[in-house]
Amino acid sequence: MDKGKAIMGSGRRWAVEFTDNSASPSSRDIPDPPGFTRSSHDQDDSSVSKQKKDSEANWKSQKAWEVAQAPFKNLMMMGFMMWMAGSTVHLFSIGITFSALWQPISALQGVGKVFEPYKDNKVDLLGPKLAYIALNLVGLGLGVWKLNSLGLLPTHASDWVSSLPPAQEVEYSGGGFPLF
Amino acid sequence: MAMAIRIRVLLLFLFFLSLSHPTFSLYQDQVGLMDWHQQYIGKVKHAVFHTQKAGRKRVVVSTEENVIASLDLRRGEIFWRHVLGSNDTVNELDIALGKYVITLSSGGKYLRAWNLPDGQMIWESFLPGSTASRSILSIPTNLKVGKDDLILAYGSGSLYAVSSIDGEVLWTKDLASEGIDVQQLIHRHGSNIIYALGFIGSSHFATFEINAKNGELLKHDKVRFTGGFCGDISFLKSDTAVALDSTRSSLVSVRFRDGEISIEQVHISDLLLDSSGVAAILPYKLIEMVAVKVKEFIIFVKLTNEGKFVVVGQIDHTAIISDSLSILEDQQAIALIQHGDNKIQLTVKLVSDWSNHLIKETSYMDCQRGLAQRIFLNNYVRTDRSSGFRALIVMEDHSLLLVQQGEIVWSREDGLASIVEVTTSELPLEKDSVSVATVEHSLLEWLKGHVLKLKGTLMLANPDDIAAIQKLRVQSSEKSKMTRDHNGFRKLIIVLTRAGKLFALHTGDGQIVWSVLLNSLRKSQTCEAPNVLTLHQWQVPHHHALDENPSILVLGRCGPNLDSPGVYSIVDAYTGKELNSVGPFHSIVQIIPLPHTDSREQRLHLLIDKDWHAHLYPRSPEALAIFQREVGNIYWYSVEADNGILRGHAAKENCILQLPDEYCFGTRNLWSIVFPSESERIIATATRKLNEAVHTQAKVVADQDVMYKYISKNLLFIATVAPQAAGDIGSVTPDESWLVVYLVDTITGRILHRMTHYGSQGPVHAVVSENWVVYHYFNLRAHRYEMSVIEIYDQSRADNKDVLKLVLGKHNLTSAISAYTRTEVVTKQQSYFFSHSLKAISTTSTAKGITSKQLLIGTVGDQVLALDKRFLDPRRTLNPTQAEKEEGIIPLTDSLPIIPQSYVTHALKVEGLRGIVTVPAKLESTTLVFAHGVDLFFTRLAPSKTYDSLTEDFSYALLLITIVALVVAIFVTWILSERKELQEKWR
Repeated sequence: MDKGKAIMGSGRRWAVEFTDNSASPSSRDIPDPPGFTRSSHDQDDSSVSKQKKDSEANWKSQKAWEVAQAPFKNLMMMGFMMWMAGSTVHLFSIGITFSALWQPISALQGVGKVFEPYKDNKVDLLGPKLAYIALNLVGLGLGVWKLNSLGLLPTHASDWVSSLPPAQEVEYSGGGFPLF
Repeated sequence: MAMAIRIRVLLLFLFFLSLSHPTFSLYQDQVGLMDWHQQYIGKVKHAVFHTQKAGRKRVVVSTEENVIASLDLRRGEIFWRHVLGSNDTVNELDIALGKYVITLSSGGKYLRAWNLPDGQMIWESFLPGSTASRSILSIPTNLKVGKDDLILAYGSGSLYAVSSIDGEVLWTKDLASEGIDVQQLIHRHGSNIIYALGFIGSSHFATFEINAKNGELLKHDKVRFTGGFCGDISFLKSDTAVALDSTRSSLVSVRFRDGEISIEQVHISDLLLDSSGVAAILPYKLIEMVAVKVKEFIIFVKLTNEGKFVVVGQIDHTAIISDSLSILEDQQAIALIQHGDNKIQLTVKLVSDWSNHLIKETSYMDCQRGLAQRIFLNNYVRTDRSSGFRALIVMEDHSLLLVQQGEIVWSREDGLASIVEVTTSELPLEKDSVSVATVEHSLLEWLKGHVLKLKGTLMLANPDDIAAIQKLRVQSSEKSKMTRDHNGFRKLIIVLTRAGKLFALHTGDGQIVWSVLLNSLRKSQTCEAPNVLTLHQWQVPHHHALDENPSILVLGRCGPNLDSPGVYSIVDAYTGKELNSVGPFHSIVQIIPLPHTDSREQRLHLLIDKDWHAHLYPRSPEALAIFQREVGNIYWYSVEADNGILRGHAAKENCILQLPDEYCFGTRNLWSIVFPSESERIIATATRKLNEAVHTQAKVVADQDVMYKYISKNLLFIATVAPQAAGDIGSVTPDESWLVVYLVDTITGRILHRMTHYGSQGPVHAVVSENWVVYHYFNLRAHRYEMSVIEIYDQSRADNKDVLKLVLGKHNLTSAISAYTRTEVVTKQQSYFFSHSLKAISTTSTAKGITSKQLLIGTVGDQVLALDKRFLDPRRTLNPTQAEKEEGIIPLTDSLPIIPQSYVTHALKVEGLRGIVTVPAKLESTTLVFAHGVDLFFTRLAPSKTYDSLTEDFSYALLLITIVALVVAIFVTWILSERKELQEKWR
């Protein structure tokens, strides 16, 4: 259990640092390949790095949009499951409905975290975020609609009066046949 | 994948559906777990002993509950028993030929022969006749016509000779047309002549001689006695009788020998010096002697051969005398019972030798049994060839005792066969201080029991274990404890019997916790002919007066009429002690328990007397203050079946009597409904039970719609029939018969609903609960019984449908309502065929009224059938929609199903069923059912199954073991995984 958590928690066990700008070869274990001059590479012009950064930002925003659209697939899946579950109240339909409610809520709680990796001052995350939230809200709405169609939402008068005790009577009467 | 899920869902759904399907039946091994059944016979009026053979000694009895039974003389158990119909009174009982029990019943209309060993009916003869007369059964010894032994039965004014083999009527002789009122049939041994003796008018004594072979009238004689006869007569020998004259002051001896009748008269004052007043001949069958009651004494008079009266003995008038019994050497013995304090004295004397006695025994007698009322004597031969005697004694409380050698050999509480009224009481709370020893003991027992149960569950039990498990379940000490239990299953059922005795029965096993013969309901100087009326809960402490015991109010009346003075007593429900008894006072026509209690939790009651004065009880200033505060809202109604009037009344200021009484109130008539006497006659009424709990006022119907029930405690169901249809079924044609039912509000007299069933007829049995009425009647057109349901809804609340208002509580649905607001109501109704006729109908009641209801139907076969109320739902249609199906509406059928498994009484019968009482347990799902008639039956019912508790046979041991095993497994796997991890790390 602990191992798993460690993996999930820190995220990585190993990594290749592509943007290593260290100049001193002594700090590396591996010597540079023949013909490769670090100094010339290091003195690359700013246009290349800019281009690289642009492509990265592009990639990030693309990824962010992909993430934002992910709930849509989920939505379709959920809709299908709900249709399968039918409209009577039993274990499966309740389970599916509650998962349909829980997923969007937990997703909405973690909006920031989901878009964390794509955070960049050059990337505009507002659009994907809004789309993500909107899709999840649609999912939530779907769940609520399902809940209602199962009759589990107190939207009818019957839900509010079914436990009302009978009204008190002011008068009292007794009697009957003469006792024999 | 999805398909698989769908199928799985469907399977799961079906599984749940099968769980929720209502099955009320129980398994064979569940019988006796929560039900008990007791068999009684009622107050014995005839008893014939059968002790000659060496086999099982028995006594055959007939009772006032029309039961014929054969009892084991050793233990008092019932060998066999037959309950005749409620109007088939047993008049005579005898044993013929040593193997048949012969009964004459219904005023001499039915002669039946039963097999003595097993009680099977051998034959039955209907003896027709229209004139009412006394019925006499005579079984002559050795009187044969052909090969048949004759049985003589006199009933309905005719004499019948019946063959003892097959019950065929050999000949009939109409004697009523001759004007004779037959008192006795005499057959002299060896002759072929039967003598019918009796009175013609009030002044002639007649003898008729009839040929036993063919019923031919051979000769008749009559003699006139100028003083006239009063009707009392006793036959001393086969040729002598003693009668009383019309002034009841002289004895008349009648001798009829050789066709001549001679009469002689002796004034009683000549026999007894101090004998002013009237005399009566006691109806004992004594031979050679007559018992005459004069004032405070019973005198025994013998007739000498010269025709002289001789007084041989004199005893106190409270003594009880047996019929005479022939013992050895042609001697006649009779038994006398005299009463003392807490004891009875049994004396057996020979008729020929009155000064001595054969035995004189004193036995201790529980004073709660009252005085002896009847005694039946039987003898047996002791080892030294002398005669021993045993006596069967019927006591004042209708119990039956066998006394032998001064000891009570056995006793039967047969008063319980005639229960008048039932109520219940809680048991005392459990005391906190329970000694450790009992806890340890019970813990061990508990564990043992559960281990046994576990064995049973795991199918490891051998037959002995299974028997032990069953015994443990049936005789669980838990269920017969004398304290309140958490589920409210243990209660006291308090029953009032016709004898005026109060019994408290434990619901666990039916044992009698206490019994008390109420002094106020016993015969005394002030109360000559007491009869019991009803009982009510007087004090039910639960909030304020917890340290007091609950108590019961018992009402009685001194006399048979409505205007006879009343009496009441208050009895402690835990101990049976009579706390208070008052009376005789004003008459009691009606008792109205009010919905108010005083600070001691005593319920206020109004007793209405015949002048329609309302008397308030308890008579305390506090009660008076409460009553005066509430008097404006207290009403009462009276049903006058004879006049066909329903009246409503209210109390006004104090009544005007000679003695001012501030607890007495006059009443004024508010309204009356007069049913036209030429077209309607009231035959039945029904109201809701006072303490019925209703959970909700709304009924949610399909697609979330709401209907508001009309729930009123003041709803009266009343049924009337056409006057010509008031008789038996079949006495009228459908065209001239109708049944009208009304729902009446008893505050305002408003008729809420009226409905006519043309071609229908009573008897009507009805039950009212919540907002519905179910009633049962006979449909003459369809030749079948029908049951109808009426549901009544409040239309004026129907527009309370705004959710927002309801959420915010801005509605007046729970505010108090008055009957004068004239609520608009709608009714729905439906009728169904039902194949049984009914003896009683009732409905289940639960603590909060949430659980669905069942109708409890006492069928003509003396069983109790539970029928779901869902079958009697006026919203049933032939093809219910999907939404209605989901709501639980059953497709409409023309008749109500009788599911054999839903008989509450399973294989048992509650003979002579009269009433079904239901009491809620504390557990909401469960209701306690008590059915009474000649037998008693008690069980627990869960109309929607026990959804709020685990079943009785739930294995706690198995649960415990599973939990322990799981915990152990967790630890073991944890240790193993730790170890493995360590090894991995070392690698």
